[in-house]
Amino acid sequence: MLARFMPQPSVDIDYVANLARLDLTAEEKVRFAAQLGDILAYFEKLNAVDVSGVEPMAHAFPVFNVLDDDVEQPGFSPAEALLNAPAQRDNQFLVPKVVDDA
Amino acid sequence: MTIIPGGLCSKIFLMEFEAVIGLEVHVQLKTRSKMFTRAAYRYGEPPNTLTNPTVLALPGTLPVMNAEAIRKSIKVGLMFGCKIAETCKWDRKNYFYPDSPKNYQISQYDQPLCLGGGVEIELPGPSRNIMGAHRVVQLTRIHLEEDVGKLTHFLNDSLVDYNRAGAPLIEIVSEPDMHSPDEVFAYLTTLRTCLIAAGISDCDMEKGQLRCDANISVRPHGETKLGTKVELKNLNSFSGVRNGTEFEIKRQIQCVQKGERIIQETRRWDAQLGLTQSMRSKEQAHDYRYFPDPDLMPVRTTPEQIEKLRAELPELPFDKQRRYLKDWELPYTITSVICPDRELSEYFEATVAVCGQPKAVANYIANDLLRELAAAAPSGESPLTVSQCKITAAALGGLVKIIEAGVISKQIAKDVFLEMFRTGDEAEAIVDRKGLRVQADTGELEKICAEIIAANPKPVEQYKAGKLTAINALKGQVMKQTKGQANPATVDEVLKKLLA
Amino acid sequence: MPEPLHSMTIAELGRRLAAKQASSEEVTRAFVERSRAVEPKVGAFLHRDEDDALAQARAADQRRAAGQTRGPLDGVPIGIKDVVAVKGQPLTCASKILKKFISPYDATVIERLRAAGAVLWGRLNMDEFAMGSSTENSAYQTTSNPWDLSRIPGGSSGGSAAAVAAGEAPAALGSDTGGSIRQPASLCGIVGLKPTYGVVSRYGLVAFASSLDQIGPMTRTTEDAALLLQSFAGHDPRDSTSLKQPVPDYTAALAAPPKPWTIGVPRDFFGAGLDAEVRASIESAIEFYKSRGCKIVDITLPHADLGLPVYYIIATAEASSNLARYDGVRYTHRSPETTDVLNMYFKSRAEGFGPEVKRRIILGTYVLSSGYYDAYYLRAQKVRTLIRRDFENAFQQVDAILTPTAPTAAFKRGEKSDDPLAMYLSDIYTISVNLAGLPGLSLPCGFTKSNLPIGLQLIGRPFAEADLLALGHLFETAHDYHSRRALL
Repeated sequence: MLARFMPQPSVDIDYVANLARLDLTAEEKVRFAAQLGDILAYFEKLNAVDVSGVEPMAHAFPVFNVLDDDVEQPGFSPAEALLNAPAQRDNQFLVPKVVDDA
Repeated sequence: MTIIPGGLCSKIFLMEFEAVIGLEVHVQLKTRSKMFTRAAYRYGEPPNTLTNPTVLALPGTLPVMNAEAIRKSIKVGLMFGCKIAETCKWDRKNYFYPDSPKNYQISQYDQPLCLGGGVEIELPGPSRNIMGAHRVVQLTRIHLEEDVGKLTHFLNDSLVDYNRAGAPLIEIVSEPDMHSPDEVFAYLTTLRTCLIAAGISDCDMEKGQLRCDANISVRPHGETKLGTKVELKNLNSFSGVRNGTEFEIKRQIQCVQKGERIIQETRRWDAQLGLTQSMRSKEQAHDYRYFPDPDLMPVRTTPEQIEKLRAELPELPFDKQRRYLKDWELPYTITSVICPDRELSEYFEATVAVCGQPKAVANYIANDLLRELAAAAPSGESPLTVSQCKITAAALGGLVKIIEAGVISKQIAKDVFLEMFRTGDEAEAIVDRKGLRVQADTGELEKICAEIIAANPKPVEQYKAGKLTAINALKGQVMKQTKGQANPATVDEVLKKLLA
Repeated sequence: MPEPLHSMTIAELGRRLAAKQASSEEVTRAFVERSRAVEPKVGAFLHRDEDDALAQARAADQRRAAGQTRGPLDGVPIGIKDVVAVKGQPLTCASKILKKFISPYDATVIERLRAAGAVLWGRLNMDEFAMGSSTENSAYQTTSNPWDLSRIPGGSSGGSAAAVAAGEAPAALGSDTGGSIRQPASLCGIVGLKPTYGVVSRYGLVAFASSLDQIGPMTRTTEDAALLLQSFAGHDPRDSTSLKQPVPDYTAALAAPPKPWTIGVPRDFFGAGLDAEVRASIESAIEFYKSRGCKIVDITLPHADLGLPVYYIIATAEASSNLARYDGVRYTHRSPETTDVLNMYFKSRAEGFGPEVKRRIILGTYVLSSGYYDAYYLRAQKVRTLIRRDFENAFQQVDAILTPTAPTAAFKRGEKSDDPLAMYLSDIYTISVNLAGLPGLSLPCGFTKSNLPIGLQLIGRPFAEADLLALGHLFETAHDYHSRRALL
């Protein structure tokens, strides 16, 4: 592919994997960095487009004020809430030790 | 370790420097259901009893805005003179933490609901009875977001309760426009009284309904550039905010005095130890990757809707204070007690509407009523509120009316008041039942006065010799004889006439 | 030889049931047995609860006996892509991270299908978290194209398409973010409809890209697609993006006489990658419509070639955020040996997600990260507006747009799995439709010399599902592609 000969934007894989809380093997890091580099090079096409004065399209149709009345509706019992919990104690979700900033 | 010198030395240090403080206050809105889902929200329920698929962020769940939360937030913005955005939107703030079910928080980043505004604060005066200076602390913005769950830490693990996850929060961000712990305390006080008055929140810090982080820096007096700021967390009470701020200001000044650099960091106030500590791990800036939430539509406000909400706002406490002074000449000692409490001030005005005696009513409320409400509360608990009081505004007005009409003496009135408080009966009924009316018959009174004069030669002699205050002993006896029902002014008159 | 029940459409089965020529239990059993017979080859289902399906069928029979039949879907089995929440059933999204997850709630579309009396049948295979175009990204099993078992069925709703094509269900639900209903429908020779964004509730659809995802019907005929869509389309207060547009009678639209359509063809978009046989089939379809009085107009979609980069920025950005909840805390796989919450996150997610999902999460996280938001995400949203405008301009002149659904017929297993970009290119015709929020219909329009299905795509104005189905119905009734069956 032509893209491989263009200067590739380099992705700081470690930084991004950390943000995404994903452990990557060394091999995955190398492979992903290369593949993502290709993909990002492909994205360069967008830079050629004149977007001056164009609003970003956040939603398919312009709709506002989709609101609900403040009325309580029935929810889960603790048993239902914890149905799929990997670990629990005293009707609460149990997680391993939280070391400050998780 | 930083040593804080006491007394004169620290005052000299403080005078060279100015503290610059901004507060970020999170307030939990009083709604029945959560911000983006209709699971109920209440404080103090057993763990994980207030969840549903959306609260737990189960796969496939979606948020839906709570209309009441929007309305309450607009009212807060109006109360503090903010500009309410014509359009505002929702953004995802992405970060991982066990108390955050989606691992993103729905918040508002670049288009918040409110911009600008100001909070009028009252600083402490030279004494408790003299009103201190007022100024307005500028606000940066107010925005809406959702709350997170509650983590409880143990030795080897942690437990998560998602009851609170998704509760509606507003974040009120002030400009770095406060300069002392007193200003910070006054700011929180105003926020609290206004938000309670408008029914926005109960603002109980112990229940997490109001939370506060402070951004604190110092600079030499006259310097316009801001110093390095430190974020201070774990300020869990009003006094904690004041004390923590005070400590941190002194710590920073000390550092600067010693030629040390202030590290831009987050610190934690430890109320037990009375100092702030670095939270080292929070030093790195978070990359929140804000982007507009595709699951939620923007909010548009109209002038009509805004005016309708504005009409629902209560009078702000300081405006009320000024009005009471202007219309009724009520002094600060009275207004400072009545005005911050919306319920109490409504009760006061309703009473005045009945009997038209603002000063007398104010005195009864500020002194007698509040005293009895406090005394009637079970030990250790906060005073009863005026809505729990057996004396209605109409009844209190009735009491004040008959005092002014001279039906009973001021002395007797105090007893009548206590009886009303205890039983809820009307004043006139109590007066009649106990036969407390002031004796209008001066003949009978003259007879009693003559008897007392005859029985008390000594004070009579002293009075006639020029010691005018001796009449009080005689007066006291007459009052005792008449069981307090005589009109003291009349007794005075009669005695003087007889002694002349 | 009488046509077996498992070969019939929803409409035909409905007629049988109404005429009491078959019971729902018999009908359901026919599909159960068909699945048992062909699943070893096709592998469409991740999970089949036969007892549960038959129990639902018996309940339908009881309703019918009591004169309480709920409509054309009552007692008819519908396959469910394993991305739509059904209470009490697994919801894996073909991912290991949700291996043990049982959904405690029903999606809105499922509530509506239940109300229509449909028999909810099984959990269908897919690309993990809907990320893929071949179903090869499933963490659990391979699904084969019933027309050629060495080939992929398309993706991400490959299990749904294969099940319908193999006669294991008369119809199935799929989901479509960049073509995931239409492309597998095309590759498996069935009908697939992606509704206008906001017409079908997303509550209970596991989110991949929130601003693009839609649930839609995958069926043998346009009539069945109309029947199925009718049962679950419409506003849902639990989905803030669902629209209040009234739901028309889709079936009535099919019966209406064909209008004088103007059909636009964006020929300069048919690039070098378009297979010659697919191109021929599309040209033939265009000729057909011309012969029926439709006006054919050449149109341009100037920004169409930017659809792929725009899609892969927006979709991966949204996905990176939507998939953050799979963290080992509340209901997912949790890595067994962890010492603190932080490494629990890192390990659980690494163990639970497959490579394509990880790749897209990394890409999406990157384009949103500090310093890159403006260059990628914001720019992509702006170009998205331009893509939308291209369609709006085109629809000034035309009523519908016709393109191939996919550039090729089904490719061989493994052919593209090592080259993510090549895989992404197979969505080239479908992707812009999601970006613009428009409805898109794929219907069978031919076969290659090696007997592989070819599909054509019809794109409509917002809320024009009825029109698209009518236009598709016109083609369908004049051809027999939809009646051909894969030999298994």
